[in-house]
Amino acid sequence: MEQPTPEYLQKTRRGEPVTLLEAISEGLFEEMSSDERVFLLGEDIGTYGGAFKVTRGFLEHFGDRRVIDTPIAEGGFTGAAAGAAHMGLRPVVEMQFMDFISPAYDVITNYIATSLYRGAGPMPLVIRGPVGGGNRGGPFHSQNVEMAFFHTPGLKIVYPSTPYDAKGLIKSAIRDDNPVIFEEHKGLYRAPALREVLPDEDYVVPIGKANTVREGKDLTVVTYGAMVHKSVEAAELLEKEDGLSVEVIDLRTLLPLDDDAIIESVKKTGKVLVVHEDTRTGGIAGEIAIRISEKAFEWLDGPILRVTAIDSPVPYSGSLEDYFLPQTSDVVKAARYLAGY
Amino acid sequence: MSDSFPAGLDGERLKGLYRALCITRAAEERLEILQKQGHVTGGLYRSLGQEAGSVGAAFALRRESDGTGDFLAPTVRAAGAMFLFGATLVDFFRQYMARETSPTRGREANVHWVDYQKGFVGPVSPLGTMVEIMAGVTLSFSLRGEDRVGMVFYGDGASSTGAWHEGLNFAAVQRCPLILMVEANQYAFSSPTAKNTRVQSFTEKAPGYGIGAESVDGTDVIAVYEAVSRAAERARGGLGTQLIELKYFRRLGHAQHDSQEYVDPALIAEWEKKDPIACFHRRMVDNGWATEQELETLWHESEEDCRVAAEQAIAEPVPHGPDAVDDVYTDVTTPHPWTRGVSPDPRLA
Ligand SMILES: Cc1ncc(C[n+]2csc(CCOP(=O)(O)OP(=O)(O)O)c2C)c(N)n1
Ligand SMILES: [Mg+2]
Repeated sequence: MEQPTPEYLQKTRRGEPVTLLEAISEGLFEEMSSDERVFLLGEDIGTYGGAFKVTRGFLEHFGDRRVIDTPIAEGGFTGAAAGAAHMGLRPVVEMQFMDFISPAYDVITNYIATSLYRGAGPMPLVIRGPVGGGNRGGPFHSQNVEMAFFHTPGLKIVYPSTPYDAKGLIKSAIRDDNPVIFEEHKGLYRAPALREVLPDEDYVVPIGKANTVREGKDLTVVTYGAMVHKSVEAAELLEKEDGLSVEVIDLRTLLPLDDDAIIESVKKTGKVLVVHEDTRTGGIAGEIAIRISEKAFEWLDGPILRVTAIDSPVPYSGSLEDYFLPQTSDVVKAARYLAGY
Repeated sequence: MSDSFPAGLDGERLKGLYRALCITRAAEERLEILQKQGHVTGGLYRSLGQEAGSVGAAFALRRESDGTGDFLAPTVRAAGAMFLFGATLVDFFRQYMARETSPTRGREANVHWVDYQKGFVGPVSPLGTMVEIMAGVTLSFSLRGEDRVGMVFYGDGASSTGAWHEGLNFAAVQRCPLILMVEANQYAFSSPTAKNTRVQSFTEKAPGYGIGAESVDGTDVIAVYEAVSRAAERARGGLGTQLIELKYFRRLGHAQHDSQEYVDPALIAEWEKKDPIACFHRRMVDNGWATEQELETLWHESEEDCRVAAEQAIAEPVPHGPDAVDDVYTDVTTPHPWTRGVSPDPRLA
C-alpha cells in the first residue's frame, strides 16, 4: 500500500524554502511518482534512506522493488541499471560517494556511453551522488569525478549549484534519453544560505544551458558547483573594494558545454577566469580556454586564467585541504591580476 | 596449572592476548573522548565486540619488526591486529588527528598507513582493493621462496565487490599464501548481510574458488587464534589461499554518526553478553590463567597508555598547508597555487 508523501518532501508545496539536498529529493520523488519506469538502485538507499538521506522515506512510499538496496558492487549494479534501461526502465543509480564510481568506469565508458552509437539504443539512466571537498573526508570521500568522464562521448555531466537548478536538472536528467552523470556537492547539500523557495509546479532546467548568476562588464568568471558561491563572494568583494564589475557564469552542465553562453560573455568583458574545485591538469578550464581561443580570440584583452585545486590527491588534514582547495581569496587575487591587463 | 593452558599458549602469552584486547578497546574509547573534545578529523569507527577477531588472528602470525615477518592488511575495524604488528598508539592517534607527525603527515585517515618493516599496509577506502594488493604481496613471497604469509581483513559487505572476487580468485589460482579474514559482523552500514550475499556462511563461497575455509566464533579470542594458526599452517605448507569467517556482531553504528536505528536493540543486547573481553576475562580467572587483579591492572595500564599517547599526539603540530604539494611524485615538483604567492603570476603555476 502506498504511503502518503512524507511531510518533509512537501516543503515546496507548503511554500517553504528547501536545501539543495531537499530539492534533489523532491525532484526524484516527483519523477518516481509521475513515471513508474523510474526506479532507484544504490547502497543503503532503502532502509537508511542513503548515506546523506537523499532518499529518506522513499522505500516506505515506493516499496523495495523501486528502491533497491544493492550489494556493495558499483560495477555490478550500474551494469544492471544499463540492462534495465535497455528494457525500457529509467534507472537512477546512487553512488554512496562518487569516489566509488570507479568500479563502474568500465561499464559506463565502454558500454553505457557507446550504446546508442553501437545501435543498441538509448541509455536513459542517471548516475548521481555526492562529490567535492571541504569535509575533511580525505582522498576517497572528496573527489570531483567530472573529468574522468568528460572525455567520453555519449555521456552528459551535470553539476548544479542551487536548489532550484538541482531540482530542475535532476528532473531533466531522468527524462533525458542519454546517460547522465549528476554530481552533488556535499558542502552545498545542507548549506543554510542556499535555501530557497521553489516554484510549486513541475518545472525543469534544461541540460546544456549555463546560467549567468551575476552580470558584469569588466571580467567573466566561468565556474560551477561549490565554486559558484565562492566566485560570487569574490565578485562582490571586488566590486566593493576595487570597483570591478565581474560577471559570473554557472555552467550547470559540463557536458555538453554551453559554448554560446561563454563566448557571449567573453565578447562583452574580454577577460576570462575559469574557476573549478577539481584539480588543475586536465581540468575543464583547459577545454574552455581552447574553445574561447577558437571562437573569440579577437575579443580577448588578457590571458585566459584559472583558479583550481592543486594537482595532488585530496589531503585529509584541514590545513592541507584548505591549501589544496581554491579559496575565495584566490579568486580575488586572480581577478585583480587579470584586471590589470 | 600449566597443563590446563589452551591452544599451546602459556600464561604470559594469554596475558599478551588479553592486553591486546584491552589496548584495542581502550584506544577506541579514547578516540571517542578525543572526538567529543573536537580533536578528531573526519569519521570514527569502532570495533566494539569484534576485538577478538583482529587480535586473535594477528596473534597467530609471525610478527617481526625487520621486514621479514608475515604481512597484514587490516580494516578500520581491525586496529587490534595492527597494534600487535607493532603500530604504536601515538601513531594511531596522530592519524585520527591528522597531525604533521603522523605516518601519512596528515594526508590520510585512521588506520590508512603503511609500515613495511613491521609488516602492514593500511587499506584505502574503496572496498575490496586490498584483496588484490595482498594477492600480489603474497605472490612475491612465493616467487622469492620466502616463508611468509599475508592476511587481509574485509567486512561481509566488501565481499560483494569485484575487487574482492578478482583478487581472491587470482590468489587462489596462484596458490598465494594469503589468509582472507571475513569480518562477518552482520551489517554493511545499514544493510544486513542478506543484502550482500545469499549464502549463510562465507565458507560456502570457498569451494567456488577452490580454497580452504573455516568459520569461527569471532568473539572467542582463543578459537580465532587456533583457527588462524591452522590456516596459516596450511598456507605456509603450500596449500595456498585460505578464508576464515569471523562470526560476530557490529554492536555500534557504522561510524559514530550512525545511531543504528535499523538494528533491533534486543539483538545488540544479546551480543553484549558475548563481549569478547568480558568473556575472556571470566575464562582467564575461572581457569586460573590469571588473577582478577592482574587483568584489572592490564586494563588500567592500557587505558593509561592510551591517555598518554593521545596527550602526546594532541600536543603535536598540524601540517603546514603548503606542504600539500609534496610527495605527489618522486621526481616531479607540484606547483603551488599561483594566487597564493606574494605577487601572483600565472606562469608560476
Ligand atoms: C567500493 C566502495 N563502495 C562503497 C563504499 C562505502 N562504504 C564504506 S564502508 C561500507 C560498508 C562496509 O560494510 P562491511 O564490508 O560489512 O564492513 P563493516 O563496516 O561492517 O566492518 C560502505 C558501503 C566503499 N568504501 N567502497
Ligand atoms: Mg559488515
